[in-house]
Amino acid sequence: MHESAANIFINALLANNFVLAMFLGLCPFLGVSGKLDTAFPMGVATTFVMLVASLCAYGLNLLLTAFQLEFLRLISYIVIIASAVQLVEMVLKKYSPVLFRALGIYLPLITTNCAVLGVALFQTAREYDFVQSMAFSFGGGAGFTLALVLMASVRERLQLSDVPSVAQGTALSLMLAGVLSLAFMGFAGLGG
Amino acid sequence: MSQPSEKMSARNWDEFMEGIWRQNPVFVMVLGMCPTLAVTVSGGNALSMGLATTFVLVCSCGLVSLLRKLIPKEVRIATYIVIIATFVTVVDYVIQAVSLALYDALGAFIQLIVVNCIILGRAEAHASKNPPLAAMTNALGMGVGFTIGLLALGTVREILGAGSLFGVSLFGADFQPWVVMVLPPGGFFVLGAWLLLFATLERRKQRKLVETAQNA
Repeated sequence: MHESAANIFINALLANNFVLAMFLGLCPFLGVSGKLDTAFPMGVATTFVMLVASLCAYGLNLLLTAFQLEFLRLISYIVIIASAVQLVEMVLKKYSPVLFRALGIYLPLITTNCAVLGVALFQTAREYDFVQSMAFSFGGGAGFTLALVLMASVRERLQLSDVPSVAQGTALSLMLAGVLSLAFMGFAGLGG
Repeated sequence: MSQPSEKMSARNWDEFMEGIWRQNPVFVMVLGMCPTLAVTVSGGNALSMGLATTFVLVCSCGLVSLLRKLIPKEVRIATYIVIIATFVTVVDYVIQAVSLALYDALGAFIQLIVVNCIILGRAEAHASKNPPLAAMTNALGMGVGFTIGLLALGTVREILGAGSLFGVSLFGADFQPWVVMVLPPGGFFVLGAWLLLFATLERRKQRKLVETAQNA
């Protein structure tokens, strides 16, 4: 199976959007999408972690396969992701303390973001080569950011409207996500 | 241990029930959403995912609780994750050996149990502070609560989206399946509907409480 990198990118970005079609990374999607100001940086930070994780996972997988240690794959991936998150945390703390505080608990939680581990696992399962892996993780990250930003914009508008009090909170967010997901289904077939 | 055994079992029962009702991971805490929505296209998938997660939850909470005095505070999260990842690898290989069809249906989501926030949350919030028995009881309750949550979604989606339950056809050949329910949007809608239902019930209960208080 050899897909072109552009196809993989479009696929991960729209047709099989990580959040809305594959259900990866829902915790931050529901948690941080309240305000546009935090949603976008969160998306960028996650994309960065995904790229680093995908890069390391690719190299690591070669190494593990060479030594026939595939059963250690999951454990080593998660350690790599945890280190990548630590790196992003340190960089952000140094260069943008405001943002660091705004993201708060959700920053270390990128470690347990299924989207990041999902990228590493899916690229291994689908046997992507180096370029394909990079396209996949970048598309996935961009798709995650897109979903987060869309959701945050809708929720910001929603604060001004009159919603029955029972429906407020998570239930409403889920319904919204359902509608967004329905819209993204329109992209099916795009990118082959 | 000078406590009477009755009191102990009552406490254990309380630990167990916490996860099933008061702190249900799916409906109350809204944790572990990714597997909840992704694999619940059918009742069978939901059940096996729930059981796999419960196994990992109970084992890792037991081990974390046993090692709680040995694990240095600074590296505890990393240690928990490695413990969890170990058990997930076990489950992954077991499912692959037992049923390849199930393995294909659940796909990467078995390995993604590692990043299920419920497990790390339980390890950090409960198992690291309690003796093994209490920790495992609590974890079992959480696991069962999670399984119930998954089943609530899986069965509704399977009945509406495929017209069957656990693979058994319910409505005969004339049934037009509501395909959107087994597609991604359906997951969001069904979970949203359940949360709405619970919110409404809660609201009604509170109103009744207020009314009885006013009448009295």
